[in-house]
Amino acid sequence: MEMPSSNSSIINDKDRLIGLFNRILSADSVISDPYETKAYECDGLTAYKCPPLAVLLPRTTEEVAEILKICHEEKIPVIPRGAGTSLAGGALPTSDSVILGTSRLNNILDLDIENRMVRVQTGVTNLSVTEAVENEGFFYAPDPSSQLVCTIAGNIAMNSGGAHCLKYGVTTNNLMGMKIVLMDGSVMELGGEYLDSGGLDLLGVVCGSEGQLGIVTEAVLRIIPKPEGARPILLGFDSNVIAGNCVSDIIGEGILPVAIEFMDRLCIQACEDFVGAGYPDVEALLIVEVEGSAKEIDEQLDRIKAIASRHNPVAMKESKSDKESKLIWLGRKSAFGAMGKINDYMCLDGTIPVSRLPDVLEGISTLSKKYGLAVANVFHAGDGNLHPLILFNANQEGELAKCESLGADILNLCVDLGGCLSGEHGVGVEKRDLMTNQFSRQDLELQMRVKDVFDPDWLLNPAKVFPLEISMERRLN
Amino acid sequence: MRPASESELANLITGRTSPVIPCGGGTRPIGLSSAGERLYLDNLNRVTQYEPGALTLVAEAGTPLKTIFEILNEKGQMFPFEPIDYRGLLGRGGEPTVGGMVATNSSGPRRVKVGACRDYVIGLRFVDGEGNIIKSGGRVMKNVTGYDLTKLLTGSFGTLGIITEVALKVLPAPTHAAVLLIEGLSEKLALQVLNRSLNSPFEVSGAAHLCSGVDGQPVTMIRLEGFQSSVMYRVEELSKFFEDSVSITVETDPERTREGWEYIRDVGPFQNREGDVWKIITKPSEALLLVEGLRESINIEVFYDWAGSLIWALVKEGTNLRDYLQGLNGHATLIRANDGNKSHLEVFHQQSIMELELKKRLKNKFDPGNILNQGMVL
Repeated sequence: MEMPSSNSSIINDKDRLIGLFNRILSADSVISDPYETKAYECDGLTAYKCPPLAVLLPRTTEEVAEILKICHEEKIPVIPRGAGTSLAGGALPTSDSVILGTSRLNNILDLDIENRMVRVQTGVTNLSVTEAVENEGFFYAPDPSSQLVCTIAGNIAMNSGGAHCLKYGVTTNNLMGMKIVLMDGSVMELGGEYLDSGGLDLLGVVCGSEGQLGIVTEAVLRIIPKPEGARPILLGFDSNVIAGNCVSDIIGEGILPVAIEFMDRLCIQACEDFVGAGYPDVEALLIVEVEGSAKEIDEQLDRIKAIASRHNPVAMKESKSDKESKLIWLGRKSAFGAMGKINDYMCLDGTIPVSRLPDVLEGISTLSKKYGLAVANVFHAGDGNLHPLILFNANQEGELAKCESLGADILNLCVDLGGCLSGEHGVGVEKRDLMTNQFSRQDLELQMRVKDVFDPDWLLNPAKVFPLEISMERRLN
Repeated sequence: MRPASESELANLITGRTSPVIPCGGGTRPIGLSSAGERLYLDNLNRVTQYEPGALTLVAEAGTPLKTIFEILNEKGQMFPFEPIDYRGLLGRGGEPTVGGMVATNSSGPRRVKVGACRDYVIGLRFVDGEGNIIKSGGRVMKNVTGYDLTKLLTGSFGTLGIITEVALKVLPAPTHAAVLLIEGLSEKLALQVLNRSLNSPFEVSGAAHLCSGVDGQPVTMIRLEGFQSSVMYRVEELSKFFEDSVSITVETDPERTREGWEYIRDVGPFQNREGDVWKIITKPSEALLLVEGLRESINIEVFYDWAGSLIWALVKEGTNLRDYLQGLNGHATLIRANDGNKSHLEVFHQQSIMELELKKRLKNKFDPGNILNQGMVL
């Protein structure tokens, strides 16, 4: 994986540039000591590292605007960063860039329970939004596994999802408005405290643009009344393919669970060892969760059990208490951590039409054998969002390259089956060079023209999303 | 012009300098295009893919919604956002198309629970102003691969590209519905009750208030949908929100519940009535104050959907409602008026200069020759 060469005139001018930032920010908001910037050299994609020129941690929208004005004037690349949990290298810096971190924009500005919305600064964590409203009986729906630490800013940049978005949608479906600072320092509101912005949906295009169009400093989020109750059931099967068929049948028969999660044997065992979630010892496991009153839950679970029974399940286990339910979800949400404990791994994020689940699982298994690298599968089966984890040994020479090559093959398989490269992690640097497999040059040209409008000099997160050779002319001008 | 295929359409647009007006079924003439030759998409009318088990449907832009609804019905599925059928309000014939629905981001009463049309469009193909065929999104429910041009095109009223094919997420249609009908509530009480219902865990899928129902009395409507036993359970729970003195009728007849919500969705109260019709969207808690303010200044009739987030307003022809909506926390669209008044009053919400400037620059990137629906939206 390649990053563009750094602009040495910026690096040589570091002292003066830091001086400019010190003039507008308090001392603790400017980090330029190489020992300290090292902490920002990578995000969740740890295979690639590079410390930035400096890290800036503004506290207000005005400070963000001042920073961007300077960077615009001085032509310094800006790498936006939430909590740095990106698995796609979305927050990977270059040595001539400054990281603009949102971690100190961390106030909840308005709790408007009556109108079912909240306004927050975007450095707040995903989970803290739910924590702020749960006493009123509400929650914020998108729930990425990293929700304890990841920020709303990062969620907006990557249009994050989570296990429960089968029913409630991803970030873009729960975002009503935003305050955004453009690269020239101008500030604007998009959407607001009402439904459906009038005219062109700029809110919709900024969400998921990986920090390339502007810095979002405030967000208006839709909150949802908590259901009366929720309960998961565990369904175990003899093979991945049978589990895949069962998912397709559940959805095809008019039941819309709030989540359908899938794990294969490798993953089940790792999670079991890690948290002891009480998963059965099977080849493939589905966690299906339904919501409502106790009676509504029973009725839905009965229907699901009837469908599952047609697929010869080897285990069916309903959660019997809140404690059991919590443990079941803790196991699932710890999946990446649990795998990390036993091996190095690379996490993919391809998406396929749900009906192709059996095909993709078979294809992954074939590729895994071909490369001689084990692949563990854990994913949001209900919406076809796969997270194959390729296990490899980072210390063995050549193994990372082999792993990346297997990853590319798996993602291309997803595209061939009618799917896409990324369901919720984003393209970042990781999948940048695969974009031409999914899009034509003209498709990408038009996307890049959108960036031209928001950021004509290509200073915001410039070496991400688009293949380097395609974006080169724009980045260098 | 009536291209037979996407590629023929692309050829027609390539190198073209004179303006065109893309047309679906011609059933929602809301925006006003200053000039151009009509471009009919009715030859692009195939459902290209439907996978009930994957909850996705792909269709060419000119496909009549009628055709799609028949196919979805067979499998017990639906477009959950209930697109508006404007024919009654705007006095049009013809058949609404899926392309027109997407280009106008059309959503009805259920929007308040499930989201808007734009939340269900997962991919599309279009021809830009230079004749390039562009693909965005896909046919999967989660997708962050590249920029979401799909959102930008949805609701762009044909100004950024001519949509040729759309992919939508569909949902299982509920097997049962019940509507709580409460007569005689004041607007204030009605809006309070509607919002309280929406803030409950009972998954309300419709929340409307008519200041004057069919028999002249104010009527408040709350809809619940799902499996039968679940619907009846929630009817009981919601009924507890009201004092014993309030009389509640529960309508469960499928035909009558459907008709009732179509009346709300298609702006039934203002069909065949004289005057201009405006659609105002605001924060629910500000709806009543806004309407009371308007009543002090002008002759206006309203009804509420989305628990007050959506206000449908009927005013005397030519009234410039915007004069009275200064500082509106939301936006207003002039849905029905004669062309003279539309051009004089402007159909679409006026935005900040900065936002308008940005949108014009975007338009210029998609359609450098400004040939697509000139003068619309921007």
